[in-house]
Amino acid sequence: MSVQGVIIGLEVHVQLTSLKTKLFCGCSSDYRGKEPNTLVCPVCLGLPGALPVLNRKALEYAVMAALALNCKVSKRMFFFRKNYFYPDMPKNFQISQYDRAGGVPLAVNGYLTIEDQNRVKKIRISRIHLEEDPGRLVHLGPIDQSPYTLVDYNRAGIALLEVVTEPDFNSPKEARLFLQKLRSILEHLGVFDGSLEGAMRCDANISLEGGTRVEIKNITSFKEVERALNFEILRQRDLLEKGISVKRETRHWDEARRITVSLRTKEEEQDYRYFPEPDLVPIVLSEEFIKDVKRRMPELPEARMRRFMLSYGLPRYDAEVLVSSKDLADFFEECVKIYNKPKKISNWMMSDLLRCLYENNLELKESKITPQSLVEMIQLIEEGTISVKIAKKILPTMILTGRSPREIVESEGLTKITSRKLLSELIATVFRENPKAVRDALTNEKAVHFLVGQLMKKTKGKADPALANEMIKEMLEAVRRKEGSSKASTPSQ
Amino acid sequence: MKKPRISRREVEHIAWLAHIELTEEEKTLFTEQLNEILEYFRKIDSADTEGVSPTYHVLDLVNVYREDEVQESLTREEALSNAPKKERGFLKAPRIV
Repeated sequence: MSVQGVIIGLEVHVQLTSLKTKLFCGCSSDYRGKEPNTLVCPVCLGLPGALPVLNRKALEYAVMAALALNCKVSKRMFFFRKNYFYPDMPKNFQISQYDRAGGVPLAVNGYLTIEDQNRVKKIRISRIHLEEDPGRLVHLGPIDQSPYTLVDYNRAGIALLEVVTEPDFNSPKEARLFLQKLRSILEHLGVFDGSLEGAMRCDANISLEGGTRVEIKNITSFKEVERALNFEILRQRDLLEKGISVKRETRHWDEARRITVSLRTKEEEQDYRYFPEPDLVPIVLSEEFIKDVKRRMPELPEARMRRFMLSYGLPRYDAEVLVSSKDLADFFEECVKIYNKPKKISNWMMSDLLRCLYENNLELKESKITPQSLVEMIQLIEEGTISVKIAKKILPTMILTGRSPREIVESEGLTKITSRKLLSELIATVFRENPKAVRDALTNEKAVHFLVGQLMKKTKGKADPALANEMIKEMLEAVRRKEGSSKASTPSQ
Repeated sequence: MKKPRISRREVEHIAWLAHIELTEEEKTLFTEQLNEILEYFRKIDSADTEGVSPTYHVLDLVNVYREDEVQESLTREEALSNAPKKERGFLKAPRIV
């Protein structure tokens, strides 16, 4: 699935959303939807004399993530100041980590494997940093046209993991698969909730064969990454085909306009003048600390996938899709707990439920459907109350309103018609209205399907399909007998 | 005089990074002064550091942590009291790019 001559590397920023407070101060990290500049204190505002102190839980979560990403965790590390003038940090520097000038990142040399069309690929992770999230800048209109910038520091100081990959991706799709897997792993660890807006953001480096490396900033979700990279491939390819060289630059992904725009930054490479953060003491991680984190690590998606195959007998593909999101996998297991038909549940989830969520642009978590209601719907089919067709019809209502399927079916009169008397009357009508089809059906199986279809249309899908099929065949047989006897009597006349 | 360690160009670059505008006279003056300071620091170079690991922190402390417990934040009025420009609870800054 690789695109010819494309090389991509990612720098992913993930908030440790399960923390209650910021990385270096006790301000609440629950900043979404809060009034601007109400979750700030002298530490995250960088006021004189304020002293940052590391959140122990943030370190634990970061180490856990690093281990899950197969990284080598550093035994001794420091924080560094990254100095720059940009209003997103009130201090004019960001407390981060550095891999040069004696700096040691939290962890190095990890990897994740992704699977695309049965081909397994290893994506190397060069390093992981623990750092502060900058504040939120609000631009009026597009970033390059806004008259001024509004700044909200509620997000400034939130614990952020920076995961840097080697340039191992050869297509935008691979980049998306990587982010999806990263999300699922972090969610399984319980350190991250990817459904929160802006919890996972990334920058991408991309170059085409014969071109130059371009950096794209401001990609705000794994859904956007594929879009942004696809746009950039088209843009660069177009330039190269016209014989124009691709400029080495930083571009901004404009989600609303779905294009990348040049940020026209200064020509020189940014000079961040990193130096060790004197307000924070070094961190020394003992073997016991790392062992303890390892011991408390919950089940990861890959182990869960194998368990789904073993204990529920699911095919590999089903298991893989289900564990690609923690919510999906949790939902599945909840369903199985109530109703022990794993494959049946998986089928409904993988096809209709996922499609329905996609069509409504919802995450499972945002929808109103519960494991109880999905199971109830499947049971309604099993007990013969509704047809599969009706089930598919009521699923969107279940997702959007959270109403129970039994209640929807009853209030909208969607239960299956199983009365032989009623069905035979309806079939007789269908026969009267379609005399040609009835004649065809006597010799052609396909025309029988047509008649079943007409009956379904008349009953809005409510006729019990098995019963309808059987009765139509019976009634056709009756017609055949009748015609046969009338034909037989003809010559004697 | 020994070869200067910092060139005029570097002084201009440092000034640019620090968002400070310098006059031509100041550039000459600071180039000279910075070189004098660095010359003074050169004495450190004579110290024997063979087998001494770099110092990243002057304290012997390691692993100072806080628990993940929410503390009260400032009020917005307090937080914005030093801001020269504000609008609807935001700080107002010039457009950067």
